[in-house]
Amino acid sequence: MPEARTLVAGTARGRALVLDEPLSFWGGVDPATGDIIDARHPQHGANVAGRILVMRTGRGSSSSSSVLAEAIRAGTAPAAIVLGEADPILALGAIVARELFGTTIPVIVTAESALSTDDPATVRADETGVELRGRGRGHPTARRG
Amino acid sequence: MPVELTEGDRAVLRGERGEAAALAMRIVVEMAGVSAAERLIDVTSAHVDGCLYHGVAGLEFAERLVAGGARVAVPTTLNVGALDLLHPDRYRGDPGVAANARRQMDAYVAMGCRPTWTCAPYQLPERPAFGQHVAWAESNAIVFCNSVLGARTDRYGDFIDICAALTGRVPLAGLHRDEARRARLVVTLEGISERLLASDSLYPVLGHLLGREAGSEVAAIVGLPADTSEDRMKALGAAAASSGSVAMVHAVGVTPEAPTLEAATGGEEARELRVTTARLRAFRDELSTVAPERLGAVSVGTPHASLAELERLAGLLGTDEVAVPLYVNVGREVLAAAEGRGVVPRLEALGVRVVSDTCTYISPVMDEVSGPVMTDSAKWAWYAPANLGVDVVIGGLEECVRSAVAGRVLLDETLWADA
Repeated sequence: MPEARTLVAGTARGRALVLDEPLSFWGGVDPATGDIIDARHPQHGANVAGRILVMRTGRGSSSSSSVLAEAIRAGTAPAAIVLGEADPILALGAIVARELFGTTIPVIVTAESALSTDDPATVRADETGVELRGRGRGHPTARRG
Repeated sequence: MPVELTEGDRAVLRGERGEAAALAMRIVVEMAGVSAAERLIDVTSAHVDGCLYHGVAGLEFAERLVAGGARVAVPTTLNVGALDLLHPDRYRGDPGVAANARRQMDAYVAMGCRPTWTCAPYQLPERPAFGQHVAWAESNAIVFCNSVLGARTDRYGDFIDICAALTGRVPLAGLHRDEARRARLVVTLEGISERLLASDSLYPVLGHLLGREAGSEVAAIVGLPADTSEDRMKALGAAAASSGSVAMVHAVGVTPEAPTLEAATGGEEARELRVTTARLRAFRDELSTVAPERLGAVSVGTPHASLAELERLAGLLGTDEVAVPLYVNVGREVLAAAEGRGVVPRLEALGVRVVSDTCTYISPVMDEVSGPVMTDSAKWAWYAPANLGVDVVIGGLEECVRSAVAGRVLLDETLWADA
């Protein structure tokens, strides 16, 4: 059973956007639009807004927390972020958005998501565990703690 | 497992040190959960990156803290802001953004942070000692702190940096722990010429390769000269923390936790990677976005130039005036020291533009450029194309200076020949 845990709790639904490489939000995403603006990124030109963003890990600058919080405020953030390994920088952006704006997005870690880009997907994450479903396939749920 | 808190931590959570400290402690405790930390530890100082304006979220956060009576609990330095407060006329961006950027910088000073405005806090007199736990933000400062100083910081960033400064507490997680500091990747330099090893050009490119190959892993590099300077380690680390999430790198025989390879790995198994000159050339080429022909401007000093680097720049220029704008980014305290030695007037007389408090790749402080920008920084080369919409050419400091004087890109390809 793949290991999964909640970094930031929440519920989300959207189409998956599966990134081929890690993405730095800072310098990589325009918080005004949600566009991926890193010209070297394989998904350059894609838009993260409202998507279930799936990537192995975050990358690069510690300023990515701000950019994610800003995108959440502006409504251009992904609906949820699904990571292969814990990324405190992105989790923090989501936690601060909740403190400041009373709204946030779930951030979860799962060893394997089995999602492909454009699959409709649902994320439910709380302190007891994570549920990630895509295209009618049930994904195993892991419990934390 | 919920994080174990002290009575002092709980008192802060209850608001006994004010609303801002309580908010900061809530975030520290939640982040302890994210990193599965068992408890919090004290830090002796902090370096805060949140003073750089990225949008109203960061500004609202800072002003919420100020309104809640925020006051730092440990000595705290500040990273760059979006404005050069010593040369405010340099800013060419939106005046509304500049006003917000200024408010954000002011808010952090109001919380008791020292207005150092530099991404190179390791150049300041108060830098931490070996083994101390600190909370540093800014990816290049983090990798320098862990690797070169042997002080311990995890990857802090906006928000959590000031929360750590306000509470003096961080989760016992990541690079605060011995086991996370051991190298999982061994990078062996093979057949690199003495000439390239002795050149500044190598270090940003090697760092760039490391970021691409190591991801977030701690690596140990075998084969660097024992006298590799702090400035070269700065260039290497900044690059590795840009193209990757590297937060610590050992250089065997150079950095304090790697007297031997075994010390760096803790005697555990590590993945191996051999680096040849051909491989370095490929990573160097990846950093330039355009063939080296025309030249619009040159930018050096990312991360901020040290006093030694400013003096080297002046030495390389001699009495030659630049033909295209040459910018050098520098922290205001190093700038003051360089002014005292007469270096800055010499540079400015030759047409060099000195930028302080901010950096040419994060804020619109360069004049309109009409061609590619050459830089000796892999970090600048990595971020500037997206941030500024410019093409870049990477080269060493010597090549940058020669090119700035000639007004066209001059690269020394023989430097990158196989040994």
